[in-house]
Amino acid sequence: MSVLMRIFIVLFIIFLFAPIFLLPVFAFNDSAVIAFPLSGFTTRWFGELLQNAQLQQATFNSLRIAVTVAVLATTLAVLAARASTRYNFRGKAIVIGTIMLPMALPEIIVGISLLVVILQMGLKLSLWTIVLGHTLMATPFCVAVLRSAFQQLDPSLEEASLDLGQSRMATFMRITLPLVMPGLISSFLLAFIISLDEFVIAFFLSGTDTTLPVYIWGQLRFPQRIPSVMALGTLLLLLSIALLSLAELASRASRKRLSMERRNRTYP
Amino acid sequence: MIELRNIDKYYGSYHALRNVNLKINEGEFFSLLGPSGSGKTTLLRTIGGFEYADSGELLLDDQPFTDVPPERRPTNMVFQSYAIFPHMSVEQNVAYGLLKQRLSKAEKAVIVSETLDKVGLSGLGKRGASELSGGQRQRVALARALILKPRILLLDEPLSALDKNLREEMQSELRSLQRDAGITFILVTHDQEEALSMSDRVAILLEGRVAQLGTPEEMYRRPVSRRVAEFFGTMNILSCRVLGAECGLAQVEVAGLGRFELPNANGTTVCVGIRPEQLSILEDDTPTQSREAAGEITGASFRGGLTHYELKLNGIERPLKLSMRNTTDRRVRQTGETVRVGWTNESAYLMRKD
Repeated sequence: MSVLMRIFIVLFIIFLFAPIFLLPVFAFNDSAVIAFPLSGFTTRWFGELLQNAQLQQATFNSLRIAVTVAVLATTLAVLAARASTRYNFRGKAIVIGTIMLPMALPEIIVGISLLVVILQMGLKLSLWTIVLGHTLMATPFCVAVLRSAFQQLDPSLEEASLDLGQSRMATFMRITLPLVMPGLISSFLLAFIISLDEFVIAFFLSGTDTTLPVYIWGQLRFPQRIPSVMALGTLLLLLSIALLSLAELASRASRKRLSMERRNRTYP
Repeated sequence: MIELRNIDKYYGSYHALRNVNLKINEGEFFSLLGPSGSGKTTLLRTIGGFEYADSGELLLDDQPFTDVPPERRPTNMVFQSYAIFPHMSVEQNVAYGLLKQRLSKAEKAVIVSETLDKVGLSGLGKRGASELSGGQRQRVALARALILKPRILLLDEPLSALDKNLREEMQSELRSLQRDAGITFILVTHDQEEALSMSDRVAILLEGRVAQLGTPEEMYRRPVSRRVAEFFGTMNILSCRVLGAECGLAQVEVAGLGRFELPNANGTTVCVGIRPEQLSILEDDTPTQSREAAGEITGASFRGGLTHYELKLNGIERPLKLSMRNTTDRRVRQTGETVRVGWTNESAYLMRKD
């Protein structure tokens, strides 16, 4: 690798991650003003988080929405991924393309469109409308993860289970599900993260209850609250890193197990 | 007895099985032999219930079971990939078929260990699926399929992934297993030697059709067409001129070899086939015969018990293949030697040219 290339990569990484590392720096800085030089170490911004009931409510809302979205999106994605990897049917490409479309659409367009549709249908904006919007956004990512999990599964495994007298449902529970479990976990975590930090759609579709990102955005109008937003951001950053690492570990475990299975098949 | 009637199967516009009719007897070792793409695996999967024919009927003891799903068929299958459940131990894999039966743990354990003994896997029950060698995986797949005592065992190229020695060992083991259990075995293979050595009867599939059905010996000795003959061992194919036919015998003239009187073949265009071992190199002191010709050896390959020769005969463009047993008083000939080649009327066989 040339020297220029190394320099480029180092700069690239600094540019990408420096803002994120500023979060914890100011979260522990003993000053209400977000600026250098730093004035001392404090944990009082984290303390303020604990006393803020509104913030706790928003956090709780976000977690509830994220778990619901993760369950819904993963369930839908299992069905779509299995159908698209095992069966051929008319219009398959169009159906899959439509499911994957929200990945490519600007969120603001999706948000406005959903708002119009939901108001036209006469639904009241609530946490459930946010769940609907987030499920739409997260499902394509889950489908992508689960399709690769299903593709790596030898169809003969399911046939062997049927052949040995198990019903289709029992085969799915005993063979298919355990073997795609790592993919399932990684899909669940991915949907959870996507929902947890999604702002645009939550902003359009929230009623009186808000999610954490929407609450944080509201707090930015008050300069004195910014340090505790920094503290909150630091906690969220840690949570995101932990969850994404878990998702990656799960998908690695799945790849390892299935590739071992394949290796044994090809070169016994 | 299992019977297939007028089975047709399409994949889109591809005609995978064309009007297949077969009867497979109880306790028979039956092979479906064919090159890849001939429809042999599709046919096996149709019997197992994993594919459904577009038209035609499947009968088991004269009862229709065309639409019975795989989980309710008295068939079990050994898959080409073996399909060992990777998240289960050997025992769990083998016992999988017993799950739907109401048996106590102890009863199951007895059946599992008996079945493992039968396939030579005693003591390996606790192993994980990923800790097995290729031969062991093959045996696990076999044990798992045999545990339900199926009436028909379907085997989809079970030996193709094994190395040569292991394959030969498994061939004889499979054969004795089949004799002991009295189960009907239906084996899919593209290996003609495998089909020859193991089967009671063989069906050759070519382009979705049963090209010929019979015992291995019939197939080898009396192939109906050039393509069957070529698929089943080596055969010299020679074009011929039909001079006349009466009482089922045809008079034909083969350039370079002269006239033959052979059982007629049903086909408009026919050709003559001669197996390499039906030609012989005459020793120098043999008296002149009515059927002999001089030729030049263009290739010789010594194979221990046999030597395979290629030789050029006057009047025949393509070199002829000939194989001779290497007896103690017989000299291995070298490339470039001129030799006398002899044959009899019975060496040749008349068959369809397609």
